[in-house]
Amino acid sequence: MTETTISAPPLAPAAPPRRSSGVIPGFGLTMGLTLLWLSLIVLIPLAGLFFKTAELTPDRIWTILTATRTLNALKISFGLSLIAASINLVLGAVVVWALVRYDFPGRRLLDALVDIPFALPTAVAGIALTTLYAENGWLGSLLAPLGVKVSFTPLGILVALIFIGLPFVVRTVQPVLEDFDHELEEAAATLGASRWTTIRKVVLPTVLPAFLTGFALAFARAVGEYGSVIFIAGNLPNVSEIAPLLIVIRLEEFRYADATTIAATMLVASFALLFVINGLQRWSQARTGRAS
Amino acid sequence: MSDNSVRSEPAAVKWTVIAVAALFIGLFIVMPLINVFAQAFVKGWQAYASALVEPDALAAIELTLLVTAIAVVANTGMGLVMAWAITKFSFRGKSFLITLIDLPFSVSPVVAGLVFVLMFGAQGYFGPWLIDNGYKVIFAWPGIALATIFVTFPFVARELIPLMQEQGTTEEEAAVTLGASGWRVFSRVTLPNVKWALLYGVLLCNARAMGEFGAVSVVSGHVRGETNTIPLQVEILYNEYQFQASFAVASLLALLAVVTLFAKTVLESRVHDRKGGH
Repeated sequence: MTETTISAPPLAPAAPPRRSSGVIPGFGLTMGLTLLWLSLIVLIPLAGLFFKTAELTPDRIWTILTATRTLNALKISFGLSLIAASINLVLGAVVVWALVRYDFPGRRLLDALVDIPFALPTAVAGIALTTLYAENGWLGSLLAPLGVKVSFTPLGILVALIFIGLPFVVRTVQPVLEDFDHELEEAAATLGASRWTTIRKVVLPTVLPAFLTGFALAFARAVGEYGSVIFIAGNLPNVSEIAPLLIVIRLEEFRYADATTIAATMLVASFALLFVINGLQRWSQARTGRAS
Repeated sequence: MSDNSVRSEPAAVKWTVIAVAALFIGLFIVMPLINVFAQAFVKGWQAYASALVEPDALAAIELTLLVTAIAVVANTGMGLVMAWAITKFSFRGKSFLITLIDLPFSVSPVVAGLVFVLMFGAQGYFGPWLIDNGYKVIFAWPGIALATIFVTFPFVARELIPLMQEQGTTEEEAAVTLGASGWRVFSRVTLPNVKWALLYGVLLCNARAMGEFGAVSVVSGHVRGETNTIPLQVEILYNEYQFQASFAVASLLALLAVVTLFAKTVLESRVHDRKGGH
């Protein structure tokens, strides 16, 4: 099912049209408004952050970024996000396989529930998870006898990041696995491959780019996450203080230079991730012939 | 779903996979949601209701509705404009422009709030001018509205763009050829074609606008009864150990999430029908 888009607009002349739809009005007006709106709301404010950071001397920026508390906050944010995204990758694979390949009672409900972390506001998720995993909470009270503390520890941050990241993996992989050509699997089986070999050698290579895209999306979201984490984290400097919280703290202390520098660093990381994600999506499309 | 024996795993594997998936979603996703309502009603209906009619809670609800209305109207209008510009014409740099529209999704909410403080705060680029002229943006509702518009920026446009790209321009071209004006083509041809996707985008934009926490928290200043939205009110109550009241206010947002998800499920099937069940 390759989508070689045969682009022959019925009304277009034979020559390759540069503006395929010259008759439709409003290009100047709508494009002008688009660029104006995009600049005012997104581009100029984001550029302002970089200009503010550029006002500082390189020495100053270096001192801020290499301060123990900053380094630890960045380490906690990026490190725990990486672990959370990895866990989401594995458990997301199980969820996706169950949803796409099996028919069982409650499948549609389970499918709908995957979107809860998208829909539930982060502050609500934050207080709910904290209460749930507190020592007197429904889950916390079961874990306490085992000596496992979740709320107000780095483990709590991990739980929150797993919560918000799951839908990214599932929703990215799901359509690709749904479109997977069954005949390939049947061919592999006919040729004598075991079920496990077929999954590993035939299915996995096709869905791998989608898995990596989902992983990167979950990671990117986790790195910047604030609302669901700050309630459950305990927010101990150097131990359970995430980078976005440190930005807020510096801002409240009127240490604008610190806040801007850390924020600019995180923004650069976001752009780098966005670049990687775009590349992964193109790879995924090239491999599956599917526009996601 | 045909049950083809060469394409399926042994029953034991199948049911283990389903059990792990269900357990994971149950523990990690559903339990927190149920917990919100359980905690909200822990002291009964009376306490629940009185937490919601408390003046600060009502002020927070009012502010949230105002800010959400502004953000949804602005992003719906401009979402349609952006989708029209991108899908009805061909030009260079189109995919780059789409990436820029999606940009707010990859920015941390805290950073989103901070950039507006740097623009309009007392230390910001336009701060001194605003103060001299008696305008307040940061620590006031305009700042909250701006931050909310930023974080919900892509929602409507990104629902419309793929659908309108798929639908192409032939219907519009036919309408123009028959003498329809640009506005008439938009309102009579394009809009009916995308109405479900548009509604879907508006719904998601609305849910995010009402629930936004990080960005709004940075620009709000947390003045009780004045610059607190519903999520900020939840935070304040929680930090004051008024857990039941906090969860009662939070349950409004949780309810909104459940309703949004339900409507999403219904709308998605309609959007799919329009695309020809792909």
